[in-house]
Amino acid sequence: MRNLIAFPLLALAIILQSSVVSQIKLISGYADLMLIILAAWALQERVESAWHWAVLACVFTGFVSSLPWMVLVLGYFVVVYLAQSLQRRVWQAPLLAMFSVTFAGTILMHLISFIVLRLSGTPFAFGDVVGLITLPSLLLNMLFAIPVYTFMRDLARWVYPYEE
Amino acid sequence: MNSRSLQTTIIFLVVGGILILALGGFFGPASRRLDSGLVELQTWFSSRFLGVQDFITAPRDIISLRTRNAQLETTVSQLQTQVIELQQRVNETEILAALVDFSRTNPESTYKAAAVIGRDPSPFLHYIIINRGSNDDIRRGMPVVTNQGLVGRIDAVIADAARVELITDPGSSVNVYLQNADTNAVLLGSVTGDVSLDMISQNVSVEPGDLILTSGLGGGYPPDLIIGQVVTLRSLEFELFQQATVQPAVDFSRLEIVLVITNFRPVDITPLEP
Repeated sequence: MRNLIAFPLLALAIILQSSVVSQIKLISGYADLMLIILAAWALQERVESAWHWAVLACVFTGFVSSLPWMVLVLGYFVVVYLAQSLQRRVWQAPLLAMFSVTFAGTILMHLISFIVLRLSGTPFAFGDVVGLITLPSLLLNMLFAIPVYTFMRDLARWVYPYEE
Repeated sequence: MNSRSLQTTIIFLVVGGILILALGGFFGPASRRLDSGLVELQTWFSSRFLGVQDFITAPRDIISLRTRNAQLETTVSQLQTQVIELQQRVNETEILAALVDFSRTNPESTYKAAAVIGRDPSPFLHYIIINRGSNDDIRRGMPVVTNQGLVGRIDAVIADAARVELITDPGSSVNVYLQNADTNAVLLGSVTGDVSLDMISQNVSVEPGDLILTSGLGGGYPPDLIIGQVVTLRSLEFELFQQATVQPAVDFSRLEIVLVITNFRPVDITPLEP
């Protein structure tokens, strides 16, 4: 039941993303709060609902963003898959896993966005995208990763309490 | 009066007289030396007294000063909050006044003011979200402007909000008219938010500073909306067209309130395209 926190939390996340985070620009890039939340959630040990959260994130982001649905679905699902795979392998170093997932997830998300938008006819120069959007966004995502991970860890303990 | 007391009186009178004369400056340098000596002495006493007075009264003053300081800091913070709120209202009023002026000077269109409440979550796209939707008769394709010029057009609408594609979006293209050169061109957005002109004929002469307006061709935008000015021109002989960089009239990083032109219906010419 406590998993329903996903609805208000992700709704708040997309509002924050749209109104605040997207204003905090580094060159032309900014952080992807939804991606970081999904990565941090999927990395938690006892979490079983990461895929549900990914679906919800796609719905919320797709509602606000003009990005094609395919980009969101592919990007967020790949992030959850990466996080769950890494969680099983490097569970002893959660922050390392968080950074790795954020790094790989951001690159993948931007790569998918680039490819899909190029295919849909939007003219992009690869060099511009990497230098002006991807690298600054990557840095900002890394900065946001630590506080978001800490918050999501506490939330996971609340949603999935240890049975005594 | 005996002779001793008379003597004392005379001595006092003489010394007192001399002193008065000296203090009155009648003895020249000697008077000045006496004056300065007395002043120094008084200064010394006065400063010592003030020091002692400070020492005695200081603790009481510090407590009262701290209390007063706390009160003043509270007042200052309240006033600062008020100043910020009032400043915001002034800014809003200035923007609204400018928009009202703009709508008065362009009475052929009807406008609906909307506040910018968000931006697209993806850094690849340049879209804004406004707080007016289909409940306010906002429809897809309606142009969005400020008093400075063209902002973009409505891309998607829900009941109480709409998404606007800015002219700086990489996927945006606007048919424009260069007033001074009397020619048409296409305005393109980019991933960095810069806008540029393309498809300028090689036969026309375009100068930096030339005004760029919407041409109305294609039916996507009404004609004669200001977009910006030409900054630099790139003309290469082996290319079919000239290109130019553009300084937009609108500051897209500080969009707060915009106007939607509600009496414009875009024309879909897709079926007519070969």
